[in-house]
Parts: sequence; C-alpha cells; structure tokens
Amino acid sequence: MGAEFVPLSLPPILIGTFAAIACALPGNFLLLRRQALIGDAISHVVLPGIVAAFLVTGTISTGPMLIGAMVAAVLTVILIELVRRLGNIEPGAAMGVVFTAMFAGGVLLLELSDTSSVHLDVQHALYGNLESLIWLDATGWGSLLDAQALRYLPVELPRIAITLVAVALFMAVLWRPLKISTFDEGFARTLGLPTGLIGLSLVTVAALAAVAAFDAVGSIIVIAMFICPPAAARMMTNRLERQVAWSVLFATLSAVLGYVLAGYGPLWLGGQDAVSAAGMIATVSGVILGIAALYGPCRSRTGAPEGA
Amino acid sequence: MVIDALLLQLGYNATLVAVGAMLLGVAAGMTGSFLYLRKRALVSDAISHATLPGVGLAFIVMVALGADGRNLPGLLLGSALSAWAGLLCLGWLVRRTRLAEDAAIGAVLSVFFGFGIVLLTVIQTMSSGRQAGLENFLLGSTAGMLRMDALVIAGGGALILLAIFILRRPMLEVAFDPEYAAARGLNVDRVDLAMMGLVMAVTVVGLKIVGLILIVALLIIPSVAARFWTDRADHVVLIGGILGGLAGYTGAAISAAVPNVPTGPIIVLIAFGLFALSLLFAPGRGVMAALVRHLRFQHRVHLRQGLLALAQAQQIYEPRTLRLLRRAGLARPDGVATEAGRARAARALRDEKRWEIVRTDPAHEAAAAFYDGLTDIDAVLTRDQIAEIDRRIGSPQGVSA
Repeated sequence: MGAEFVPLSLPPILIGTFAAIACALPGNFLLLRRQALIGDAISHVVLPGIVAAFLVTGTISTGPMLIGAMVAAVLTVILIELVRRLGNIEPGAAMGVVFTAMFAGGVLLLELSDTSSVHLDVQHALYGNLESLIWLDATGWGSLLDAQALRYLPVELPRIAITLVAVALFMAVLWRPLKISTFDEGFARTLGLPTGLIGLSLVTVAALAAVAAFDAVGSIIVIAMFICPPAAARMMTNRLERQVAWSVLFATLSAVLGYVLAGYGPLWLGGQDAVSAAGMIATVSGVILGIAALYGPCRSRTGAPEGA
Repeated sequence: MVIDALLLQLGYNATLVAVGAMLLGVAAGMTGSFLYLRKRALVSDAISHATLPGVGLAFIVMVALGADGRNLPGLLLGSALSAWAGLLCLGWLVRRTRLAEDAAIGAVLSVFFGFGIVLLTVIQTMSSGRQAGLENFLLGSTAGMLRMDALVIAGGGALILLAIFILRRPMLEVAFDPEYAAARGLNVDRVDLAMMGLVMAVTVVGLKIVGLILIVALLIIPSVAARFWTDRADHVVLIGGILGGLAGYTGAAISAAVPNVPTGPIIVLIAFGLFALSLLFAPGRGVMAALVRHLRFQHRVHLRQGLLALAQAQQIYEPRTLRLLRRAGLARPDGVATEAGRARAARALRDEKRWEIVRTDPAHEAAAAFYDGLTDIDAVLTRDQIAEIDRRIGSPQGVSA
C-alpha cells in the first residue's frame, strides 16, 4: 500500500462507505414498508432544492444548499401525499408525477439562471465527484494523528460521519416502534403508537441521509444504496436485526470494492484513467444483489402466497 | 417568437422537431395510459434508466468497428437492447425472489444507470470517437439536431402510434381487467410484454428530445391527468394522447423560440401544468368539483334540517341554517317561518313521517335502503305506494286541547 493511499484514496473510501451505510440503514425499513422508491423520488428533488437555495442566497455555500435540499425533499413527500389524496391516485403514479415535475423544474431553473461562475451542473448532481474529495495535507498514515493535517480533511467527511451517527441513533432509539409499525401497523396503533408520525420521521431521516450523501457522492449512489444492500440482505435472512447487519456489510462492500474497481480496475485492464466511482459502486451493489438473488438462503417467497 | 414557433414559422428543422415531439407526446401519453390503468406506471422509470448502458455500449462498439459513434439509429438500437435486458432483470427479480415490484424497479434503475455512468466515463477517456453529446441523452437536447435524427424521431413516433392502434383492444382489456381478459382467452403475459415493448419504444425514441431521466414524466403525467376527465378506459387513452401531444408540441416550440430553454424540462413542466389544471378543474373527479359537491350537500342538509325544525316549531340556533332558509325565502330573520316556509316545512315533515313507515316495514326494504335524510320519497316510491302509506298515517287531525 503506497504512501499516496491516505491522501488520495482513504477519504473517498470512507466518505463512500459512510454515505452507503447512512442510506442503507433507513433503506431497510423503506424496503419492508413498500416505500423503496421514496429514495428515488428524494434523490431526484435534491437538485431543484439546491438550485432554489442558490438562487435565494446567491452563494454556493453548503449550509443553505443542504437546507434547500432538505426542504425540497420533505416538500416532495408532502406533495406526493397531497396529490395522492386529492386526486385519488395510486401512490406510484402520484410519485412519478411529483418528482419528475420537480426535477424538470430544477433543470429549467439551472439552465435559465446564470450559474456559469459556480460549480453547479446536472452531471455533478447525478454522479457526484467522489474522486476529487482528496486530503492533500496528508503525507501517510501518520497524518491521521497529526492535528494540523486533520484540520484540512475534506469537509464532506465529518459531515457524512455526523449524518451517519444521527441516522444510526434514530434507528437505535426508535427501533421497537419502527419495527412494530413496519410489520403490523394495526397492532402498532392499538398499542397507541403514532404510526403516521413514525412513518413521516422515517422518511425525514431518509431524506437527511439522502441529502448528506448526495452532497458527497451524487444521487446515483443514493438510489442504489437505499435499495440494493437492503434488498440483498433480505435474501439472506428472515430476521430484521440480521437483515440490517447484512445490509451494512453489503453497503460497505459495495463502497470499498466499487471505489477500488473504479480507481484501479482500468489500470489492471491496461487502461489509463479511472472510471466513475459512484457508477461503479452502484454497479457493484447490483452485482451483490444479483448474487444474493441467485444463491441467498431466503431468496424465495416461502410461506407467503404467490404474488403477495 | 413563441407565437411564430407555435405556428411553425421557424424553419424546416424546428418544424420537424415540433412535429416529432408532438408525435412522441401522443405516443407516450397513450402508452402511459395503458401502463397507468395497469397500475404499473413506475415500471417505465426502470426501463428508461436502463437504456443508458446500451447507449454507451453501442457507442463503444460502433467506434471499435470504425464507424461514427454518434450514429443515432445505432445508439437507439443499443438503448433498446439494454432496456430489454433491464426489463428481463425486473421480471426475474419480481417472479423469482421475494422482492416487491417497487424495490425491483429501484434496484434495476439504479444499477443500470450506475453502470451506464461508468461506461460514459470510459468513453470520455477514449481517444478515438467524438464522444461529445452522449450526456445529452440524460436530459435531451434538440439544439443542433440533424435532419436525419429528427426524421428518425418523427418516424419512430408514427410507428409507435400505428402499433398502439393495432394493439389497442387487447391492451385495453388487459389494462382494464386482467382476470377477465385472461378468462376470455387472452394471453395476458404476452399483452403485458407488448405493452412494455411500446414503453421501451417510446423511451428510445424520446431519448434524444426529452432525455432518459424525464421521459418517464411524459409517460406518467398525461395519463394521470387524463384519468380526471373520464371514467372510460378508452377515453383515458385518447385524452392522455391529446394531453401528451399538446405538451410535446408546445414545449418543443417554446424551446425553439426562447434561448436557453431546454426541451425536455419545458415539455415536462407543460405536462405538469396540464395535470394541475386537471386536478383542480376537471368535472367529476377534480378538486373544485368535489368542493362544489360538498357545499351543495351541506346546503341540502341544512335546509332539510331547518325545515324539519320549523315544522316542529323548534328554535334554530345554527346561523348557517337560518341564513340559507332566509335566502330561500322560507324564514324571517328572527327564525319564524314565512307562508312558503310553513308549506315546505309541512311537506318535509310529512315526507319524514312517510320514510319512517317505509323504514319500519319489511315490505319496503329495498326502498328503505335509499334513505339518507335528504331524498324525497316520491323519487323512490310510486304514487300508489305513497297513497297506501298515507292511508296508514291517517289524515290530518285536529289536536285536542
């Protein structure tokens, strides 16, 4: 392992891993609640949120943009619910109407406003820029103990780490209510649990994870990590606790393997340049899902009626 | 400028693009309607994202063969093949594993798209081949479109419409009621496959104009909007086609006339505008109509209860009831019935009494089911039946002091 590993590869790998886990954790519950595509919707509307925040504040500082994205994500969830109830439309179609329209609005705003001076474009929003999150002040493993160098870590790293801790805390604190209301909503209600509130807070936490991860790695990873690791984990076990553990493992594996393959894979094949790390991480997570779907011990619907 | 564009005065190419976008919109609106009625609207999201690796692979293959990597028919063929592969993966995940359809959609969508992005970055580093422009497939672009490309798009749109026309009956039956269609001997799986084939065709043709991220909007939004205007499945398809065509045509025209307006997003936003109008103002299922219906219902309840109160000489405390009675000329501001009010109130009370008889008599069980406190009894029973009930109630009697 060369000396350039710490400055060039360690921060992106850590950021990718944290982002993957932060998305996979709430993804487990979204998957079980048949809301898997909420992640898709949220990651699409982050763009309009960021553009709107940029237009309002006029700067590209991170705080307002994260707030803008967060507001857009929560607004989308509310709008989907509103359209679904007002129009009596099935949830999937309501989702499709709202997030595509908001994404289109974001792109239009972006094209119409003068953002040439700042780094803000659709491609960046889609597949992020994991490779550029390097730590120039590090000289080797020793830098991890060097306070001076640590101050210049890419800001995305502490941010996503804090997000991951927040998401994990949320899951730990609300574990039982979440579990009960996910598996048997009627029973949860008879226990006096506020199921509506629990559902909303889960979606909000998912939005938080999506927004923070998006900031670091782009929306491709967000969608893939919400769904693929939990789905693969679902094939491995029938117990929720183990499913969550598997999904964390798969998310980590996807992030690390994906980053390494993207960075070094082309070199092994005789190429010159690295390929998109975000895209590769999503691809690896898909391969893992494929393997789990082929060989996972709990892959089929045993016990459940066909089509249930 | 916009007027010129709408009237097709911006030259041959812009006109061709506008017509192509309109055909695409009609095809997408109709196909999407079948999909929406089949309750599988978001499958189109997976299909459209799954086209990206095909575009990249087709480019690489064409460059490797020494051809121009940007050849549109070649790229579209590649995208169709990978969309098909995505569809197979989706079907396999749903049938063979325990994943629900929405999770399978999300998995296919993100993985194929991610792999497509990997291929795009590979292409960016290739020395041979002019890679510029593949990113345009993400969001669509009509700027600098070749005449040949525009013809391919318009022709593709027309072909899809022809296929829809041929397949309309089986698809409608399956979309409306799959079990019944199967019982009639239709091969539901094969019809579903044809439907997905059409969705794929729309996606592929729309890649260049709308882009693969937003084409799903053109498939979903017009059909959802159309559903507000009618309860007939075949009309949903027609109206969906009209709304989609309208959005495609206007969007392409505006984008041609106004600088910096990208085609795909403006088409989608116009479609969303049509959806919002439908949601608010459609008769029957629209929000306004529901509101009006609700207000009318409240009005009737207040009047009826007010009249019954007048008939029994009870004080009316509810200000709204009093206001409605006064406005109808049935009561004075102090709550005392006018001449007309007394007549109406007596009739309402008699009606209520007749209903009471009807509801206690098992012979009138069917009629009693209509009782909601508002319906006039002569809307339910014949004159003879009412006369019979009146005999039981007896004629008006003087009250002994």
